Order: sequence, then C-alpha cells, then structure tokens
Amino acid sequence: MAYKVPRPKLTFAEKIYLPTVLAGLKITLGHLVRMLRGKTHVIMQYPEEKWDANLPEHYRGAPTLVTDETGRTRCVACQLCEFICPPRAIRIKPGEIPAEDKFAKVEKFPLEFDIDMTRCIYCGMCQEVCPEQAIFLRKDYVFTATSRADMVHNKAKLIELGGVMTGLVHKWNEKK
Amino acid sequence: MNALLQYLHVAYVFLMGPVPFLIWTSLAKTIGLLCVVLGLVSYTVYAERRVSSLMQDRLGPNRTGFPTSLLGFKKDWSPFLGGLGQPIADAVKLLLKEDFTPKYVKKFYYWIAPGLGIAAAIISLAVIPFGSTLWGVPMVIANIDAGPLFIFAISSLGVYGIVLAGWSANSKYPFLGAIRSTSQMISYELAMGLSVVPIFLLLGKLNLVEIVDYQVKNGWLLAPGLTAMHPRLPYLSEIVLWFPLAISFITFMISMFAETNRLPFDLPEAETELVGGYHTEYSSMKFALFFLGEYAAMITGSSLVVVLFLGGWTCPWIPDGSTAWYWGLVNIGVFFAKVIALLIFFIFIRWTLPRFRYDQLMTLGWIWFFEIALVNIFLTAGILAFVH
Repeated sequence: MAYKVPRPKLTFAEKIYLPTVLAGLKITLGHLVRMLRGKTHVIMQYPEEKWDANLPEHYRGAPTLVTDETGRTRCVACQLCEFICPPRAIRIKPGEIPAEDKFAKVEKFPLEFDIDMTRCIYCGMCQEVCPEQAIFLRKDYVFTATSRADMVHNKAKLIELGGVMTGLVHKWNEKK
Repeated sequence: MNALLQYLHVAYVFLMGPVPFLIWTSLAKTIGLLCVVLGLVSYTVYAERRVSSLMQDRLGPNRTGFPTSLLGFKKDWSPFLGGLGQPIADAVKLLLKEDFTPKYVKKFYYWIAPGLGIAAAIISLAVIPFGSTLWGVPMVIANIDAGPLFIFAISSLGVYGIVLAGWSANSKYPFLGAIRSTSQMISYELAMGLSVVPIFLLLGKLNLVEIVDYQVKNGWLLAPGLTAMHPRLPYLSEIVLWFPLAISFITFMISMFAETNRLPFDLPEAETELVGGYHTEYSSMKFALFFLGEYAAMITGSSLVVVLFLGGWTCPWIPDGSTAWYWGLVNIGVFFAKVIALLIFFIFIRWTLPRFRYDQLMTLGWIWFFEIALVNIFLTAGILAFVH
C-alpha cells in the first residue's frame, strides 16, 4: 500500500505565484528596513567584542600544563593523557629527575610535552584522566599560525598558557 | 611655436573630419561605458553581499575602507556605509590567488570559456542608447537598425561560455550545470524573444534609439503619457494597449532572470546541488571572469528592460542633451539610476525566493511563458487593428 502524501489545497493567488512573490518581498524588505533603522539587535562584532568576559566556568579551551604555588610543574610524565587522547594529539618524552633534586622521589618529569593543536578536539579527557592534577583545559581558544609546525604547543608554551593554579592536592611534599 | 600651432590645427581639422570623428568618439564612448559598467559590476557584487546580509539580519562587509594610510594619511578612509573598499580588496585577492588548471581538463576550451562568457555580455552593451546626446554626439556606440535582435543573438552566445566551461572541465558537476544551462537557455530564449514582439508591433521599428525617441514623445511604454517635457494623462487607447505591454514586461523580466542565471533560476550553478555548477573547476581570475560576466549580463539585461519599457534616459521635466551639455550628463545619470534600481530589484528577488525545481522551470518556460507570450502577440495585434 502506497502512502499518499497529503497535498495542501492552494488558492488561486498561490497558484499563479506572483502574489506570493510580493508577500515574500514584503517579509525580506521588512527585515531590511528594520536593520537600516537600527531596530535589529546585532549580537556581537567579533574582533572588537569577544566572548572572553562571558565564558562560563565549565568552558573547555586549550589543554595546558599548570604549575602549583611551590613553582613545580605538576606533570610526572605518566603518559596516561597520551594514551587516552582520542585524536592522539599528545606526545610525551619522559625524563628522570636527578637524585639530588628536592622532588627526586617523583622520579619522572616530561622532557618534552607536545600537544598538536591541529588535532586536539578539546574533549577534556586528558584533564579527567590526569592523576596529578597537572593538565587543565583553560579558556584560551584563539590559536593561529602560518604552518602546521607552529600549531604544535611545546612544553614551554603549555606551561606559559597554564600559569599557576592554587588549591590543588600536594601529594609530593617532603613530609609525606 | 607657429609650426606647433600649425601641427595642432592640422590635427584638429583631421580629427573633426567625418570618419576620424566617428572613430575617436566611438572609442571614447566605448572606454567610458566600459569603465562605468565594470565599476557598476564590482559595486553590484558589493551591494549583493550587503543587501543580502541586511535582509538576513547580519551586517555584511562593513569594514574595508580605502587604504589612504598607505599614502601617508593618518587613517584609512571609510565613507558613510563602510566597506566601500571591499570590491578593490576582492579584485586584488582574486588576481593574487593561485590560478590552478587541473591536469584532466581540455586546455584550449577551458581557457577560452571564461572570455566567451564575459565578451557576450559586454558586446551587447554596444547597441544600448545610454543617454541622449552630449555636445551633439549621440550617446550610443553603435546605432544599428536591429538592436534587440543583435542583443538576443549575442547574449544567447553567452551560453557557449558556460557550456564550454562545463564540458571542458571533464568533471560531472560542471557538466550537469552546463546541460542545465543549455536547456534553460533554449526554453527561455523563445519566451523572451516573443515577449518583446508586441513592442515592435506597436512601434513598427527595431532601432533602440528610435524606440527611446518614441517614449520621449509619447511616454514610457509602461507609463503611457509620462513624456519628457509635458507629462499628461494617458489616452484611452494607450490604457487598453497598456495591458498587453504589462504582460510582455512581466514575461520579459522573468525570462531575463532565467537568461542571466539569477535566482530563482540559477540551476546551472546551484551551489547546494552541483558544488559550484559550471565553474566548479575554475579558480582565481578565470573564476572572476565568470563572476564578472554574470553581473555584466545582469547590467545588459537591465539596460534592455530600461530602454524597452521604462523610457530609457527620459525623466519627466528633464530636457535632452541638445539644450545643454549638463542635461546630456543628467540624462546619462537618469539611465544608470534606472538600471541600478532594476539591479537592486534583481538582488531583492534573489534573497527572497527559493530555487525552482528543474521540472517546474521547464513547465514554466515551455507551458506558461511561451504560450503567454504567443497569445500576447495576438492580443496586441487585435487591439492595434481595433484602435487604428
């Protein structure tokens, strides 16, 4: 059984089409006039006005490496974020902390930490999986570069973007 | 010194001789008209973008000014509307883009297609009377006795640009666009040609300058009685004849939309269906030429409508150029003002109506407009036989 699509009954004016053209013109010209008289509210003129001031608390911008108030970059190069990253944007090269260092018992730190921002999908899994509270998605979102290589954030850039974050758990204090 | 004056005198006498005079005035008119029309084309593109965005509650290009800061001024000059420098920026961008020719195209045809498209649109401007006279020189480049026929012949050649582009690109979407363009052209050329026959029945001549002269004396064809010097109420016979002329105006306008591939008849390029249509494989200046050609065709079409139906360069209470040179300039201004009004109407329609389905287009062309235009001819002939 074929299903018969109900067709609307058209009036004569709709059938000859030209009056409906005028009706359409009335709508679009109404918008034009409203715009010209300044009645339409244009939301945001982007480069001058930005979202930045109104970003919500939970906004997920670019992933960054944070430093705590003792000045230590918290990453211990466990590579969990590298494994969980869905688009495989993260590359970590672990290094060993020398024995005479204050934090020698942490054992490892990232020699290199690269996040390829052409691959990153801002999903926040790296932040979620991090056992050290070392990687956070901050509110930066404008990244432009003239080459693919420039779009890779290296360790220095990530630390700079991350900045200092206070109020985190300190599990590597000498006392513990 | 005397020798120099003598040379100048000889040159002057030579230039004022009939043949050299014709040649250099024609050249001057051609160059002037080309400059005006190409400027009009680029600002039509700007108007298109700006009007469309205002209609859709956006702002559109409102930033690009003229880069006067490069010349040592303090700020860029961005006059009242903002964004008036956009066409220049667009042109520079299109010129500097990579001109990419794919490996698989038929090179020769691929290269000549864009030129054909724009040439057809610009050549037909030659017979349009865009003003009365200026210092006694008639403001039409070629005053020939078969004006509309010439325009129909040349502008239907414009489809060759599209067809060659679609075929030589050797790729399916341009090809579909080209096929659509061909069949659309055939179905609307007929209605277009037939829809202007009532005018020729009424006037008995095909010369565009004479058609405008008739409208100067008897009022616009669409507004009988609206003569240049002494506007009056239309006579009864003119009112009766107005109806077939209005029908032919509407048919002609709609066919013009189809002829210039404007929405709601832009099936050859239908972005949502055919990627970019016939110019999918083109880039840089070759693409820009298609773009220019499309808008130049719009201007040619609007000029023809203005000359045939809206009185050409006449405007009530404005004398023609034989009285003073500044009235000649005003006449040219009036003509282009009418053309610009029509172009803006084109733009309004484009951003109001959705695209027709292909079979609807064919039905409209073959079953409606062809028949309406045909019946309209007999109607006009009957009225004329009755009136005279």
